[in-house]
Amino acid sequence: MRSLLTMLGVIIGVGAVIGSVSLTSGATKQVEDQVSSLGSSVITVFSGNFTSGGMRGGWGSAPTLTLGDALAIMSLTNVVAVSPEVRDRQQVLANGLNWNTQVLGESPDYPQIRNWTIAEGSMFSDQDVKTLAKSAVIGKTVADELFPNENPIGQTIRIRNLPFLVVGLLNSKGFNLFGQDQDDIVIVPYSSHMHRITTRTFLNDILVQAANDKAIDGVQQEITDTLLARHRSKEQDFTVRNQLELMQAVTATSRAMGFLLAGVAAVSLVVGGIGIMNIMLVSVTERTREIGIRMAVGARAADILVQFLIEAVTLSAIGGTIGIIGGVSFSKIVAYVRDMPTVTPVMWIIIAFISSALIGIVSGFYPAWKASKLDPIDALRYE
Amino acid sequence: MQTNPVIKLDEIHKVYHTGEVDVHAVRGITLNIFPGEFVAIMGSSGSGKSTLMNMIGGLDRPTDGKYLLDGIDISTLNRDTLADVRNEKIGFVFQGFNLLSRTSARENVEMPMLYHRHRIPALEQHKRAMSSLELVGLGQRADHHPNQLSGGQQQRVAIARALVNQPTLLLADEPTGNLDTQTSIEIMGVFQKLNDQGITIVMVTHELDIARYTKRMVILRDGKIVTDEAVQNRSVAEKELQKLRAAQQAVKLG
Repeated sequence: MRSLLTMLGVIIGVGAVIGSVSLTSGATKQVEDQVSSLGSSVITVFSGNFTSGGMRGGWGSAPTLTLGDALAIMSLTNVVAVSPEVRDRQQVLANGLNWNTQVLGESPDYPQIRNWTIAEGSMFSDQDVKTLAKSAVIGKTVADELFPNENPIGQTIRIRNLPFLVVGLLNSKGFNLFGQDQDDIVIVPYSSHMHRITTRTFLNDILVQAANDKAIDGVQQEITDTLLARHRSKEQDFTVRNQLELMQAVTATSRAMGFLLAGVAAVSLVVGGIGIMNIMLVSVTERTREIGIRMAVGARAADILVQFLIEAVTLSAIGGTIGIIGGVSFSKIVAYVRDMPTVTPVMWIIIAFISSALIGIVSGFYPAWKASKLDPIDALRYE
Repeated sequence: MQTNPVIKLDEIHKVYHTGEVDVHAVRGITLNIFPGEFVAIMGSSGSGKSTLMNMIGGLDRPTDGKYLLDGIDISTLNRDTLADVRNEKIGFVFQGFNLLSRTSARENVEMPMLYHRHRIPALEQHKRAMSSLELVGLGQRADHHPNQLSGGQQQRVAIARALVNQPTLLLADEPTGNLDTQTSIEIMGVFQKLNDQGITIVMVTHELDIARYTKRMVILRDGKIVTDEAVQNRSVAEKELQKLRAAQQAVKLG
């Protein structure tokens, strides 16, 4: 019973460390997954904001990006894929049903840039872009709404009363970080979008994929230089952003949370260590006679030191193990109840175990040393 | 005698520096004890017998003088070597038994072997502990814990523990101090039996009738030996036990 209370400090400390690390690394992983689901090494060029009479529109509100800009970006080194993007909301009809959804004009590179895969059928081709083909690739939500019990491939949907042939169905991506349904989408060739659906000549934005994460900064700079030259404007009438910036911003928050929790846990580990030292000191006093007996029958000072050190380390290591089990189960319960993913890194389990054993050594050393320095005669007479 | 003494004390002094007054507990004791002897060291409290005992047992070092235990000069050894000497050459029996309460009789007896200079295999430890317990007639109680044993049985476990490393010397500090008359005689019977087998025993006691079971009496007063003589009319434990039983029968105690 007393051993359990002694261990409690270490149990709570280690449990808190494991629990908080599991929760924060789970959250970090979730964010990372979602950000990478947006595509990796992706740079987005937004058109400038539209200002009229002091009222400023948001990104993409001013018509500053053109197809020519997109083609110019495509010729840059370290750029592997480009998709000029045009966005519009449209009422889509099919099968006697209708659904209001986001209609995107993209290039065939779009799935690759967004790290997205086609479930059935295929993406439209470059040929389709050239011929302004009436081909469409649809998301899971749109498919469910318009073709509840049918295979949508080969079916026709009508956008602005124009018939588009469904050539592909995208795999489900679920909701993004901001709660938007990413599957509520229809994708058509950007040329078809610009000439048949809307009659726009400007792009909302341009999605660019760099060769790798390291190339991102260079490519971003080149894009900026190229577009400034093309637009011949002193003021930058566009904005360039990349996924890494977004990822860093989001993970920074959860990392800060993690540090805070780990700090609290470290404090409780120190408190736990003091608890062990306290109880070991009491134990040495209580067992003075036993120490005397052991010395009388021939135990050396080192034997006594090792005995008490082992006891302290055993106490804290058992405490640490219980704490690890407790922390992992706590995070699993949270994962189950709150439907949050939790990840317990093996490295942290090892760190937690080693540090609890270290606490045992550090806090057990003084009492053990005190025990080993006892005089056998005094220890034997101790009542 | 021709053999070398087990204990050779030569002008031993012990001074305690406690507080402002120096306590001169032992003032020049010279004493030789030979193999096979059974010696009682007697004296009132403050006579220096416990201090002498601690020095003989290697728990304490003399301030002055020379002490040879089995030919080894104890006065010059360091703490750790002294611990090894206690482990291998001396067996201790205390007044308060001093068993570890949370371990069984056998584990108590095995304890000194844990601290032996050379590692003793677990199986060998087990065997030696059992034979030591059988020697004191407690082979059946090996798995009992001290609180399940009577005082006399606990003292027998302590004796078994003292014997387990086959010491050259068995030291007993008031071994019957906490026991009733009958159990005391039984314990003295164990000592007499061990002495008959050739084990050298030195025992501190203040009871004259207990000292009569030994072969030689050394009486101390004020840190000096005042009497050192062979025991006349030595008591024999078996006979005394018979007498005691007869007496108990008479008053219907037994």
